Amino acid sequence: MRRRTSMTVATIGAAALIALTGCTTDPTVDDPASGGDDADSVEWFDQEVYDRQLSQLEADPEGPEGKPYLQYIDPEMIDTAQYASDGAKKACFSNASIGNPWRQTGWITMNEQLKVLQAAGVISEMETRDAQDSDDTQIADIDYFIEEGNCDAYIISPNSTAAMTPAVERACETGKPVIVFDRGVQTDCQTTFIHPVGGFAWGIESANFLIDNLEDGDKVVALRILPGVDVLEQRWAAAERLFDDSGIEAVDYFTGADPSEIKKIISDELAKGDVAGVWMDAGDGAVAAIEAFEDAGVDYPVMTGEDELSFLRKWDETGLTGLGTVYSNFQWRTPLLAMQMIFAGEQIPKEWVLPQRSIQEDELQDALVANDGMPDGHYARFGGEDLPGYPTVWQERIIP
Amino acid sequence: MSATTSRPRRRVRPGSTAIVYLALLGVIIVGAVLVGSVGRNFFSDGNIRDILTGMSVLGFVAVGQTLVILTGSLDLSVPYVVSLSSLLAAETMRGNSANIVQGVLLALGVAALIGLGNGLIVTKLRVNGFIATLGVGLIIKGYLDTMYKGSAGSVPREFQLIGATGLGPVPVSTIIMLAVATLVFLFLRRTRTGHHIYAVGGSVDVARLSGLHTARPVIVAHVLCSISAALAGLLLASRLGVGSPTVGSQGGYDLLSIAAVVLGGTVLAGGRGTIWGTIGGVAIFAVLDSVMSVMQVNPFLKDVVRGVVIVAAVAVYTGRALERRRPRFGAKGFDSARSDPGLDAAGAAR
Amino acid sequence: MSTPAATRQTSRLASATLTLLSPRGAVFLLLAILLVAVTLLNPNFAEPGQFIRFVQRVAPVAIVATGQYFVIVCGEFDLSMGSLITAQVVIAGNLIGQDESRSVPVLVFMVVFGAVVGLVNGLITTMLRVPSFIVTLGMMLALLGGVLFWTGGAATGNPADGFRQIGRGGIRDVPVVDIIPWSVIVLAAVLAVAIWFSRRPFGRTLVAVGDNVTTARFAGARVWWVKTAAFLISSLSATVAGVLLVGYAGVHPSVGRGYEFIAITAVVLGGVVLGGGRGWVVSAVAGAFALETLFTLLNVAGVPSTLRDAVQGAIIILAVAYSATAFRSRRRVRTAHASPTEEKVPAGDTSGGAPAIDS
Repeated sequence: MRRRTSMTVATIGAAALIALTGCTTDPTVDDPASGGDDADSVEWFDQEVYDRQLSQLEADPEGPEGKPYLQYIDPEMIDTAQYASDGAKKACFSNASIGNPWRQTGWITMNEQLKVLQAAGVISEMETRDAQDSDDTQIADIDYFIEEGNCDAYIISPNSTAAMTPAVERACETGKPVIVFDRGVQTDCQTTFIHPVGGFAWGIESANFLIDNLEDGDKVVALRILPGVDVLEQRWAAAERLFDDSGIEAVDYFTGADPSEIKKIISDELAKGDVAGVWMDAGDGAVAAIEAFEDAGVDYPVMTGEDELSFLRKWDETGLTGLGTVYSNFQWRTPLLAMQMIFAGEQIPKEWVLPQRSIQEDELQDALVANDGMPDGHYARFGGEDLPGYPTVWQERIIP
Repeated sequence: MSATTSRPRRRVRPGSTAIVYLALLGVIIVGAVLVGSVGRNFFSDGNIRDILTGMSVLGFVAVGQTLVILTGSLDLSVPYVVSLSSLLAAETMRGNSANIVQGVLLALGVAALIGLGNGLIVTKLRVNGFIATLGVGLIIKGYLDTMYKGSAGSVPREFQLIGATGLGPVPVSTIIMLAVATLVFLFLRRTRTGHHIYAVGGSVDVARLSGLHTARPVIVAHVLCSISAALAGLLLASRLGVGSPTVGSQGGYDLLSIAAVVLGGTVLAGGRGTIWGTIGGVAIFAVLDSVMSVMQVNPFLKDVVRGVVIVAAVAVYTGRALERRRPRFGAKGFDSARSDPGLDAAGAAR
Repeated sequence: MSTPAATRQTSRLASATLTLLSPRGAVFLLLAILLVAVTLLNPNFAEPGQFIRFVQRVAPVAIVATGQYFVIVCGEFDLSMGSLITAQVVIAGNLIGQDESRSVPVLVFMVVFGAVVGLVNGLITTMLRVPSFIVTLGMMLALLGGVLFWTGGAATGNPADGFRQIGRGGIRDVPVVDIIPWSVIVLAAVLAVAIWFSRRPFGRTLVAVGDNVTTARFAGARVWWVKTAAFLISSLSATVAGVLLVGYAGVHPSVGRGYEFIAITAVVLGGVVLGGGRGWVVSAVAGAFALETLFTLLNVAGVPSTLRDAVQGAIIILAVAYSATAFRSRRRVRTAHASPTEEKVPAGDTSGGAPAIDS
């Protein structure tokens, strides 16, 4: 008797669970771009920002030739004379994490830049606290710096936009210069915000590349790393809009950057039919995607990846039609250089938009030759060729 | 249940909770020395605040996890409950301080329902706690990933103060966490359900044969665990100013809370352990993390240290405690050993 | 209750159906349903060439599930498998590089490394009596952190093709299936060894230890050795899976992440009880297949990837609930037609450490 009750409970529970999961299918299957019923959940596509990034993509940057990490686009300059002072300064760096190869490469580059500035007597030391991808930890880190750090300047690479805003504002209230880079925050109080053109620009370039090289009705598989990260969501938001408008059938998956997951997804898609193009919102795992085509014995797709060397090398090896979209890794040099400029009292842009130039087919060979001997997780646009440790430090990849 | 007024005679050996605090003391001393070597003061306001802040969120989750582990179950759904409650609270409040109470109640209410679900699946469907909460956690994760693409809602200033203010170096959130821990401690020691939790965890069959409803304490434990996870989520919403679908998984609260609970002397099989031991375990982690951050230890090495510390610390307790049986017959014969369930094997009462 | 004589009169069909519907056999039913569902949605799936590739990609998961089975059946957990796979994959990538002649020495090193990890897990659990949940949790953190520290977070890249052939390649130009991947052969070998193990006294002692440690000890089993051996098997299976994944997925720090939970889920789907004392290794492997087929079904059916976790969670709960509630109070009398690997008759609720709660 009791067993029958348990079984009934189990069946009802099962039906309820399945119904529940089924219920949530409807809003999203129809319109994956929006966040379902919830009006407050962030809607990533922003026409104004999109247009601005589109024009910035096409604009010419100002600044020293050959040093993209010091160039800026459409700047609105501000005075920093109030911070001008002599002597070596201490930087306090709150880092979101070094949990992926892009951030690791940038971190190595930043430390090499630091050595140069230390030798020049501009910076005395840089104390770093790594939040290991946790918002809560990073807020505590920033508060610790404010309280205990004796910082002359704050450099912050926020883990997420909205959550880090109160902490950044607290840093601003100390009156010391605050430099934010990579992901932004929802406030204007910082001295400067350094970033490449942006996610929409990435999406525009990559989607247009695929649209130009494919035909109407072709299928593109979009491989996305994680939901909810704004730099990544913007890329897809722009690309999806463009795909929708152009007649390309695009289907997206979250992969967690796991190569075996990527391979499975592509294999399953290939089993369903032809896949003409692959779009990625980051280069991790590009090799696995290409290999899935090899394993299935079909033609290579048209593909957009990133300037990660694993993708560039495979691209060269297979001869596929590709584009290395870029989220300029050299931006990791700029915060320290900006700090130097601030304490020298020079003018800097309020919003420092760095150039973001993809690696085209004709630049591929140069990029590979220049980065020969680098590990696969290295990024071609790392911008550190003129730093003292080149090339050994990046080849050995010793995390400082 | 009458508490024995005369404690059973015992040799003066520290019980497991005392060992935790001894270990904590050791870690603090080593930490202070290391921190001093880089020119900082371990006992400065900022450092203490950093440590206590690091304790608060994990503390809430670990207190709830203690209850569940005491009954012999587990709760792996906590990170997602934390994220969900932060989102529910932030969205209900929408920056308007008039909605604070509603937001808090909604978050706690939904969490209680999730806990109820967990408890029912474990007791009625007889699914092991590991699997049941893993499954429920995945369901919540699917819901979060589908419905939310990023942070949402906004928390009004008044509520943010909870995460931001303090009495001197002690944050308000830590005080609230310790208050909740005290309440749970009293619950375990003084109420019938609390004692039943220990009984069911110790041996289900004996509990049933003694006439207890063996399902109820488990369900209550799961409900309380999810509610305390919701409290952690509320605290995080207060600190972040928004609700976030990933804040729970960012903190690794599932495995870390279990580690803190076991570090605090609670036995994974259930039936033995205390809240204060758990708080001690949480404190050890917080001090460790803080010291490693000040020393700018490579983040990858931090994980190595955590892993080694977890195993080493637990090896120290279980090496001693498990060998000894709980004294069933005290010095004065059978009756004198009838003691409250907070006793551990070495006979030290909490 | 039916007597043995009466039971012998039960028709073969009835007893076969019984076995199929029992918790141990239910996973095969589930697997069949899922396979049919995938084939309906995508008829190509049933093509021998496609299907063998499907088996190739399930192979690492199935091998890991086998290892986890031995650990779970003796009442323990192994949470370090995922990190061990990542570590092995990265070791292969970094130490072999493009130099194929190093493949064999590095392979030997990987096996030794895996064995050491398993030994450490096992000895700390049995000698220092730390709960295996905690030991393997600590090992998971330490391994992953250590490997990432050693490599600076990212591996140098994929090793030489020769080594990768194990996971990617196979015997080509075979009639009907076109290719027999090496992974499939390795899986078959591992499964054969696992079945052999479970029939030996060692395997039966494992189950006995999981059921009741004290009795097993009094019966003369060397509990510490048996459990340590189980951890050894688990780590070695993670190593084998790592070798396969180097080929299949390439070298990347996220390869292998989460495998311990997938393995535990697969084992539990296969009707093995957490807390030990009951279960058949082939069911565990079938559980792995069922899980991967479920994921494939979700891909093929176009379920939004964000919902996949929810479906996975629901299926896990239902499958285990079915096992736990369906046949609890029934005494299964062993008949002559019963399946080869014997387990003890389930006697009531309590088994191992899993709290079977009554209302």
